[in-house]
Amino acid sequence: MSQTAPAAPKAIEGSLNFLDDRLGSTTFFKRNARKVFPDHWSFMLGEIALYSFVILLLTGTFLTLWFKPSMHEVIYNGSYTKLNGVKMSEAYASALHISFDVRGGLLMRQLHHWAAILFMASIMAHMLRVFFTGAYRKPRELNWLIGIGMFTLGMVEGLFGYSLPDDLLSGTGLRITQGVLEAIPLVGTYGYMFLFGGEFPEGDNGDLIPRLFTLHVLLIPGIILALVTAHMMIMWHQKHTAMPTRNQTEQQVYGYPFYPVFMAKTGAYFLFTFGVLALLSTLTQINPIWLFGPYDPGAISAGSQPDFYMGVLEGSLRIMPNWEITAAGHTLSLNVLIPALLPLGLVFGGAAAWPFIERWVTGDNRSHHVNERPRNAPVRTGVGMAAVTFYGLLWLAGANDLLAERFHVSLFATTWFFRFAIFIGPVLAYIVTKRICLGLQRKDAAVIDHGVESGIIVMSPEGKFSERHTPVKEDDKIVILSKENAKPEAPAVDASGVPAPGTKGPMGFLRSRLQRAWTFDDIPVEDKGHHGEHHEVEGAEHSGAEQKELSR
Amino acid sequence: MSENKDQGIGGAQRPGEEGGAPGRVVGTPSPAAERRLLPEGDVSASEGAGEELDEQSAKRAERVVAAFFLLAFAASVAFIAYYIGWSGRNGGMHGIERARESNLWLGGTMTLAFLAMAIGVTIWVRRLMTSKPIVQERHELRADDATREAFTKTFLDGAQESGITKRPLLRRTLLLAAAPLGLAPLVLLRDLGPLPEKRLRHTWWGEAVRKAQAEGKKGVRLVVDGTNKPLKVSDFSTPGGMITVLPEGIEEHAENPLNEVAKAVTILINIPPDQLKPVKGREEWHVNGIVAYSKICTHVGCPAALYEQTTHHILCPCHQSTFDATEGAKVVFGPAARPLPQLPLAQDDEGYLVATGDFPEPIGPSFWERG
Repeated sequence: MSQTAPAAPKAIEGSLNFLDDRLGSTTFFKRNARKVFPDHWSFMLGEIALYSFVILLLTGTFLTLWFKPSMHEVIYNGSYTKLNGVKMSEAYASALHISFDVRGGLLMRQLHHWAAILFMASIMAHMLRVFFTGAYRKPRELNWLIGIGMFTLGMVEGLFGYSLPDDLLSGTGLRITQGVLEAIPLVGTYGYMFLFGGEFPEGDNGDLIPRLFTLHVLLIPGIILALVTAHMMIMWHQKHTAMPTRNQTEQQVYGYPFYPVFMAKTGAYFLFTFGVLALLSTLTQINPIWLFGPYDPGAISAGSQPDFYMGVLEGSLRIMPNWEITAAGHTLSLNVLIPALLPLGLVFGGAAAWPFIERWVTGDNRSHHVNERPRNAPVRTGVGMAAVTFYGLLWLAGANDLLAERFHVSLFATTWFFRFAIFIGPVLAYIVTKRICLGLQRKDAAVIDHGVESGIIVMSPEGKFSERHTPVKEDDKIVILSKENAKPEAPAVDASGVPAPGTKGPMGFLRSRLQRAWTFDDIPVEDKGHHGEHHEVEGAEHSGAEQKELSR
Repeated sequence: MSENKDQGIGGAQRPGEEGGAPGRVVGTPSPAAERRLLPEGDVSASEGAGEELDEQSAKRAERVVAAFFLLAFAASVAFIAYYIGWSGRNGGMHGIERARESNLWLGGTMTLAFLAMAIGVTIWVRRLMTSKPIVQERHELRADDATREAFTKTFLDGAQESGITKRPLLRRTLLLAAAPLGLAPLVLLRDLGPLPEKRLRHTWWGEAVRKAQAEGKKGVRLVVDGTNKPLKVSDFSTPGGMITVLPEGIEEHAENPLNEVAKAVTILINIPPDQLKPVKGREEWHVNGIVAYSKICTHVGCPAALYEQTTHHILCPCHQSTFDATEGAKVVFGPAARPLPQLPLAQDDEGYLVATGDFPEPIGPSFWERG
């Protein structure tokens, strides 16, 4: 339809010229408009996080137009008549006002809360995808670290956010924050006094809510926005990783161009994200602060639960034994410090260090642009599943009262179960996952060697039955053969007694042991070229005689 | 640095999906599957973007897309119409019923608008866009050695020209000047809050008791949280009960009532005297089996608000620390390390419950200086 050298519409041509004359932007557009984006469903998980963040900014801005971040005490007299005459903070009263007197206010509040939950959930899913496919490997370690930073900031941002309405539930969250702060040795009480501006909950001048508000709407989102920008720019510059399918190699990337296909797809995806969140906010109630009532330091409701992404901290606080050391006039609250710092420190710190540990252990210093199938890196996949199990168990432990109630078991029994499970579970998960990975490797090797079962049974002249195997499809073969087989280990000491490089000293010893653990049970998957019309006789050895096919 | 090399790859190969069993055939396949009837690379089956539909199917797809866009248009119009024309009727939207209705209409039309548009665009991409998958080169991110060397030289030359390598006095005094400048913002934060001092060591009970005793009374009366009525021993004589109490006058006379309530809040429990095992030295702290403990959990400070009558256990609903009310609220389970502090009780001449002193130790979570 298009002619040679067609002219763009005037309006577009004009504005492109305007920008190009001033910025030289056409070179950039020319270079990037057709940028290739490889396709895979799991690549959309990060997009959900991005779009949730955009929705958070939009809905959050709307909420600030009416929200009053003030702890000033007022007596409510408004349209939610059940709370008329009740003393509450201005913050809580304005949150009620947004819900019941601003049209669309309740919708925006619910959208904001749902988007926050989806933001954290999609980051989690995205990080798991990146981890299990090895997409964090060189050269993408920086984006991995930025991601961990954003997730951590997201947790703090969420905690501050749901503390702002100053309802009973959010006050309980702040109470726990206070208790955790106090447990910090040496500076804990100072941190507590400085955050609250005095004692819980109001401090000397009611500074807490205004402070949390500024952190929540300005500082933290500003940092997250900067990190999101860096994340996207790095991703754009480095080009997205691809799954190990046909046409995807370390030297080239295959997929649809950004303009118009990916642009339209991702635009639709933004609309889907917004639409689904709008649907949730329309039909499902979230954080009904009017039911909780204003904060009252003496009150609490059973089944108090934080948002899901804080559940892991809640769980670790719950199952920790009550260790506390008092010596030389000082108290060290291990019962609070350990659960508040250790589990998440382990998971986030471990995740941050992992790309570098893996590079050190495997000695693999190359850049990787094609992802690895989880089965082809059994140690990584096993460690990842162990971390998922650890995190998941702690998260479940954060709801142990609800579990005890629903399943009619003793509350204390659930606590004891989790106390042991968080140690045994990850070990089991590692072993089972690694076995599954190796089993899948074996299956891949068999498929390449013998082909796939065709369902066609043949009978030999002697009456033996066997199943015909057909060669595996070319596309599947490419995926299976993407596995990089472990290279035979270099001998620790060569013929003249000189140790191999990088094996000297205790660190070198550790490294070579870990490297062995990484590769020793690797199943080589390679195309030896003797598949095809291969017949596998079940229960009997091959007879070289002619075979007669039954099924055709 | 990255020139695009667009080269359309013929055929219908979509970037394949990873994983899954490699094309296992279940059951007896038809003979046709053995030999491909269609030549390799045939594109008649449409599999998303990149397929050119015949004009009739394309027209049909276009109409479907247009229908979704029209639906989105109608939903947005309905959103605005509802907002302007109906949501504000009878003096505006106020109260839970109208908020609920408004949420349903605004949210419903908004959902419809977004989803219809999203579906429309998706069908457009998958059925009508004719872009083919293309291949682009990936480039080594690292600069070549010559560039690296050249930059190293530039960097060293610059350092040389600036004199920073040659003049150690300059360098060291610059660092010296920068260090306190970095600390200055931290100093500025000092007025964020008061120093802890002894704030965490006492509650408003102590102050109230002192004031009452100065007036010649036995102690400060306990008032019920919520009603603020003083409590007679006879009003709380049924064993098994638990209520929350505060020192009399805390709401009126405390400087920051909410802060003081957050520390002074206390639970009162009536335990059958034969089951009570008072802690040594606190034998006189109960009145006919009525004992008082701080409601603030010694773990991280949630109100320990649940009381089980049969076992006399006090349970904190946040992290399930469990305390035995019969034995000085000692810890029987959970992460709390210390018993809930106990408040000394007595009965005044008119039969009201009074507290005769502050909690003997700091209430709430442990802290470093607590000792």
